[in-house]
Amino acid sequence: MAIADIEFDAKLEKIVYQRPASLDDVHTHYCPGCTHGTAHRLVAEVLDELELRERTILVASVGCSVFAYNYFNVDACEAPHGRAPAMATGIKRVNPDNIVFTYQGDGDLASIGMGEIVHAASRGEQITVIFINNAIYGMTGGQMAPTTLIGQKTTSSPLGRTLEMAGEPIRIAELLAPLPGVAYSVRRSLHDARHVLQAKKAITAAFQAQLQGLGFSIVELLSSCPTNWGMTPAEALRWVEEHMVAYYPLGDYKVHDALQRARGRRG
Amino acid sequence: MPKQLLKGNVAIAEAAVRAGCQAYFGYPITPQTELLEHMALRMPELGRAFLQAESEVAAVNMVYGAATTGVRVMTSSSSPGISLMQEGFSYMAGSEVPAVVVDVMRGGPGLGNILPSQGDYFQVTKSAGHGDFHPIVLAPSTVQEAIDLTVLAFDLAEKYRTLVFVVADGTIGQMMEPAELPPMQPVPESRPDWALTGARGRPRNINTSIYLGAREMEEANIRLQEKLRRITANEIRYAEQEVDDAEVIVVAFGTAARVAQTAVQRLRKEGLPVGLFRPITLWPFPEERLAQLSEQEATKRFIVVEMNAGQMLLDVRASVGRKFPVHFHGRMGGVVPLPNEVEEEIRALFALDDNHKMQMTMEGSNGNRRH
Amino acid sequence: MAKGRVIIDTERCKGCELCRDACPPGVLALADELNSKGYYPVFLLDPEHDCTGCALCSTVCPDGCITVFRELSPKEMQSYAKAAA
Repeated sequence: MAIADIEFDAKLEKIVYQRPASLDDVHTHYCPGCTHGTAHRLVAEVLDELELRERTILVASVGCSVFAYNYFNVDACEAPHGRAPAMATGIKRVNPDNIVFTYQGDGDLASIGMGEIVHAASRGEQITVIFINNAIYGMTGGQMAPTTLIGQKTTSSPLGRTLEMAGEPIRIAELLAPLPGVAYSVRRSLHDARHVLQAKKAITAAFQAQLQGLGFSIVELLSSCPTNWGMTPAEALRWVEEHMVAYYPLGDYKVHDALQRARGRRG
Repeated sequence: MPKQLLKGNVAIAEAAVRAGCQAYFGYPITPQTELLEHMALRMPELGRAFLQAESEVAAVNMVYGAATTGVRVMTSSSSPGISLMQEGFSYMAGSEVPAVVVDVMRGGPGLGNILPSQGDYFQVTKSAGHGDFHPIVLAPSTVQEAIDLTVLAFDLAEKYRTLVFVVADGTIGQMMEPAELPPMQPVPESRPDWALTGARGRPRNINTSIYLGAREMEEANIRLQEKLRRITANEIRYAEQEVDDAEVIVVAFGTAARVAQTAVQRLRKEGLPVGLFRPITLWPFPEERLAQLSEQEATKRFIVVEMNAGQMLLDVRASVGRKFPVHFHGRMGGVVPLPNEVEEEIRALFALDDNHKMQMTMEGSNGNRRH
Repeated sequence: MAKGRVIIDTERCKGCELCRDACPPGVLALADELNSKGYYPVFLLDPEHDCTGCALCSTVCPDGCITVFRELSPKEMQSYAKAAA
């Protein structure tokens, strides 16, 4: 009797998805529906899949993700606001065999930390930056960020951001891409399952850039902030799709040749 | 090792290299830039980490990052750059990572000038930055001492998981003197168990200065204060010259102490009972020894000589009590006092009768310039 | 018989409803009892039907609450049996 002819009574299942091991078994403080959680999950999945957990050092930053070091199961430190790329530089330069990544929000990276991120990128530091762009300052209660859209109301732009007061929002993935030291600079979004899966591929490529010593890698992730936007989690994701993607186009702004060859295609 | 003619900044840098410094991150600023430049040559030669950062803000954070991984790391700067680094110092103090910082002090406040001063005393001794903490502060007064204290700095930093400052002034940084360098120490092989090295086969290490709850934060501070008490109990250093029978004791550190030393030597030749007390650790400050000296039968007065408006002066007065006469002679703006003027000030003290004791003490405080 | 099923960590769930919105066969719903954090967690409706084990829910879940199982296809069963033999 061939195996194919046997009728099985019991159901054999496989696990299609389970929580990654690189995430610690704690409940996060993030708001319901906050895409920080999704981004954490994706990074943790990539660390699991590339088997990097035990070599990895995280530099957490200041913002809602200030306690990221409680959530990732890796060695981690806490940087002053904006300084994570500099701390990461110090760590990686002395410990080139460790995988070093920073996890930063838009205030941390694009406001106070602008000097540090540009220079780390320009020097081609072999670090990976996960950049959460939710167009607002979450932790401090919803103030304007350099990435807040024109007309967007926040607690420090109560009548809506104007060009005269604050200029145009800053597009980080595009800003850093031209620097020769940057091996990988892309923007993805977390607003639905399809985009979440694409984001994961980008995060994988970013860590591969570091593994291969190609230079600085950054993945900008369009994210939501339901609480400070005053929306439900689902409404907030739709707002990302309908408003943020238009101003912050998704795409690859810099992809090192070595990464392109590995993937066989661009994008 | 034979003596060589060495520039202060270079000597400090080379001493650090020989003490096993594994990483240096800094930024050019006069009058300490030669330190950075020497590191730029030596560290890559030895396969160690060197980077001229984009700013002092970035530099101190690179130091912070490297320090979390348990390596010997240092930076150097001068007054305005030290101000920029203070954020980093506070974080390092709170998260208890070791590091060595060299401050070659210059005229201030503000951009000031590039001449020597001792105007950062408050800044470096009273706190590392915001919050309750004190780095260990070592003050050399010769190039040789700068070398020796730099080596000591790394050991103390590691021993206590704390910041150690070596504060010189522009004179010491720039001057050239014969001095002996120590032999090359190997870079430590292993890392401390608190260091971030990758959570391989062990629970992860977290390095942070955040304690959200009041009780947690207080406990963390109690631990830090306990550490500071241990440092105070064990690490005070000072030098004394002819203080036992001195009627007037000069208290000075760094270059001011060298100038005062000359004045004291000259006055002693004339038979005047004068001595010199030179704190080497500005923090922990040698309060008890000063108090003891004030209780000596012979001793009638102190005179503090500084290149600032009277900063260590306050620590001296606190050590001996407000009733004991503590006079002051200070120059600011990068002016280095000369032995002659210090001599005159001391002579004037010998001419005082007791009625004028309190008056002189009052005039000496609050930053009034004296010629 | 449903091909797939999910297990929800109801204590970790914050009731954000993103998984319910993402689920194509609509087999997830909010419970009407609070968990100990004060959220209405999600649960799997009628485990016997409709869940395909597509894992879109776990893809969008910010908190990693969801474990997804899927029945092995006959082909997968065969290669599993071969490997085990």
